[in-house]
Amino acid sequence: MVVVLAFLVLLVVVVVVTAPLRRRDGERPPEHHAERVADLEAAREAKYHEIRDAELDLRTGKLQERDFDELNTSLRAEALAILTKLEAARAEGAEEATTRGA
Amino acid sequence: MASLGFVCLLIAFVLCFYGAGAAIYGVRTGRMQYVESGRRSVYALAGVLTVCFAVLEVAFVRNDFLFNTVAETSSRTTPLAYRLAAVWSSQEGSLLLWAWLMSIWSSLALFLVRRRIREVAAWATAILLGFAAFFIGLMLFYADPFTTRRPLPVEGAGLDPLLRFPTMMIHPPMLYSGYTISVIPLAFAMGALISRRVDAEWVRTIRRFSLAGWMFLGAGILLGARWSYSELGWGGYWGWDAVENASLMPWLTATAFLHSLMLQEKRGMLKVWNFSLVLATGVLTIMGTFLVRSGILNSIHAFGGATLGVPFVTLIGVLIVASIYLVVSRLPLLRSEHRLDSLFSRESVFLANNIVLVALAFVIFWGTYFPLISRAVTGQESAVGPPWFDRYTVPLALLLVLLSGIGPVIAWRRTTLGDLRRNLAFPCGALIVTLAAMFATGIAASSITAAVMFSLAAFVLASVGQEFYRGVKARRAVSHEPPPRALFALVQRNRRRYGGYIVHVGIAALFIGVAASSSFQHASELTLTPGHSTKVGAYRLTYVKPTATVTPRYDTAHTGSTLNLGAVVAVSKEGHHVATLYPSEGYYASDESTQGTVGALIGGQPVSHVAIDGGITRDVWTAIAPDIEAPALKRIVKIGNRTLAPGDAVVAIAYLARAYLHHPPPAQFHFIVSPLVLWIWIGGLIVVFGAAIAIWPSPHAVRRTVVARVRSRQLGTANA
Repeated sequence: MVVVLAFLVLLVVVVVVTAPLRRRDGERPPEHHAERVADLEAAREAKYHEIRDAELDLRTGKLQERDFDELNTSLRAEALAILTKLEAARAEGAEEATTRGA
Repeated sequence: MASLGFVCLLIAFVLCFYGAGAAIYGVRTGRMQYVESGRRSVYALAGVLTVCFAVLEVAFVRNDFLFNTVAETSSRTTPLAYRLAAVWSSQEGSLLLWAWLMSIWSSLALFLVRRRIREVAAWATAILLGFAAFFIGLMLFYADPFTTRRPLPVEGAGLDPLLRFPTMMIHPPMLYSGYTISVIPLAFAMGALISRRVDAEWVRTIRRFSLAGWMFLGAGILLGARWSYSELGWGGYWGWDAVENASLMPWLTATAFLHSLMLQEKRGMLKVWNFSLVLATGVLTIMGTFLVRSGILNSIHAFGGATLGVPFVTLIGVLIVASIYLVVSRLPLLRSEHRLDSLFSRESVFLANNIVLVALAFVIFWGTYFPLISRAVTGQESAVGPPWFDRYTVPLALLLVLLSGIGPVIAWRRTTLGDLRRNLAFPCGALIVTLAAMFATGIAASSITAAVMFSLAAFVLASVGQEFYRGVKARRAVSHEPPPRALFALVQRNRRRYGGYIVHVGIAALFIGVAASSSFQHASELTLTPGHSTKVGAYRLTYVKPTATVTPRYDTAHTGSTLNLGAVVAVSKEGHHVATLYPSEGYYASDESTQGTVGALIGGQPVSHVAIDGGITRDVWTAIAPDIEAPALKRIVKIGNRTLAPGDAVVAIAYLARAYLHHPPPAQFHFIVSPLVLWIWIGGLIVVFGAAIAIWPSPHAVRRTVVARVRSRQLGTANA
């Protein structure tokens, strides 16, 4: 009984662990671009969060209008830079997908 | 089934090496299917260790004394709930709990970041599996939970009665969850350094795990304090014990990290500091585990006869050397992207808060390890006590509370003096009014430290209250929602910010409780006979009559004691009845046959069952130590030992209980009246509530995840 159970545990472990190694190439997800896009999206959300934070600081009286304008400008410039990188990464990913498909 | 557990441990051990190897091979060669296989090894490890844990749990439930650990830490008289928790009362079982929880939390972390920072995650996978291999190796080579014994004993030794307390069922899993989750940021930090991806991305990715580790560790510490207060019979919740300190140190450095990571996220600052804090938190976590298991320092919480010192010292040494090497070798990559714009900025307050927290951790580290240091330097071991800790930690704690009130009202980058004046006017007003009230009521004359702490807590509450008020007002100006709805929406949209503010409120409440209960406590230890009373503070406590229960079935505390002797204590104030309390002491069976048939039934470690009348303003705490060695009672045991067979011995216990009820000998009582103790536990709950709000993903983040998943699938379909 114990031998059977131990064998079952081992079998399940082998199946779970080796699944990615048994996968055919075409089934593999496009990891590199998807990861880059996901990272940039996270960075974009973090920047948006910072902008919202600054706006809340202004509305709750922690920031003066002049300081907010300066901060907001720089944060929006940083957000724009991330968006540009994000578009480039998406375009690159789509291009590579098209090439592979062809 | 013991062999199934052992085989599963072996499979888990091999799995760790395979998974770590696959992850490293995959990341070094760019073959990401091996990285994924490594990640899946962590999932499989969680599954295999779940089987191990289930095998052990079933053995405890079934009283399977074939298992050595079951025979040593459980018994048929141990109630089922405590048998379930007895798994982690032994060295072996607690190692299994550590490894099991770590595999579960690691699986969750790696699953959640599976589409992000893959290179960092691959190294983190290998490091986490390395930690798992270490703990599983300890079980295989030093403390195997599946060791069996022959001949099969008829009865086990029973769970240590001190651990038969509801809080103890959740305190270790909470604490271990805190410890094991705190290892995850360490693994990701090392992964980021190895793969040279030291931007803010890894910080963003592991922020929630750092916060979760911090929350669990804090909850575990608090549950331990609650156990100490309600069970140990000395009336305190914190004794600066080595093991208590060992859990507090990583909590303090993790608190510092949770603040300073925002500086890296927002400004690209303090990268070296952040890496150092994460690594220090991880190392302190392992050191805490080492303290409990090495037997190197004396503590009520440590495992007796522990012999795991050498493997732990080796691991800690490797961790420290690797951490220093990684940080020093990556220094050129870790330069700050910005400098401090102004001293009047949130960055400066966070920096000051970090210095105070690390100073606190250092003071506690010095005091905890002082016995070892003194032994190494002078050859004689000497320890420092609570007054030493209080002398250094109290001023730092006051400073910390002050900073936690300034932080929320000050802006990032810079704040003008005018803004600062406007934002601090109300909190400062609250501080001054409270301080004046402290002097007017004479509280400051009794304890200036407590008065300052109360005033600073008022400062924090006013500062956070002002933030909530202004936030709601700002939201209502745009949305025109009713105030409760605006408050809900405000918190929901800014969970991290307002969750953090709620944590500050909890910390203030907790410090109010600590300051009040430690400064204005009334205590009395005395011997009373039925009908006599004493005055403690404003309360009169009267020993009305004795109580006694026999056999585990009638144990009112449900802890499985053979005999329970106690008292009915009436509490009154200015002639008015306030409460009736039932403190008692439980006597448990021992496995020492030299004590005789009757003596063995009550010869185990006696445990005090404290009775508390708790309230918002004060706790009345009572404990009793009945004189079971009184000549009349001792004589019953002696005669029983001589004349009764083991099966009839309980008759003598019943006779002893009757004798105690009819002719009670004077009993030793310990009475304490402490103000505001409840606020320590309420403060702790508020802290956990605030942390849970801050951890919970915002609606934006959830939407982003869904969108990213859809996009990833679309790209995958296009590729196929």
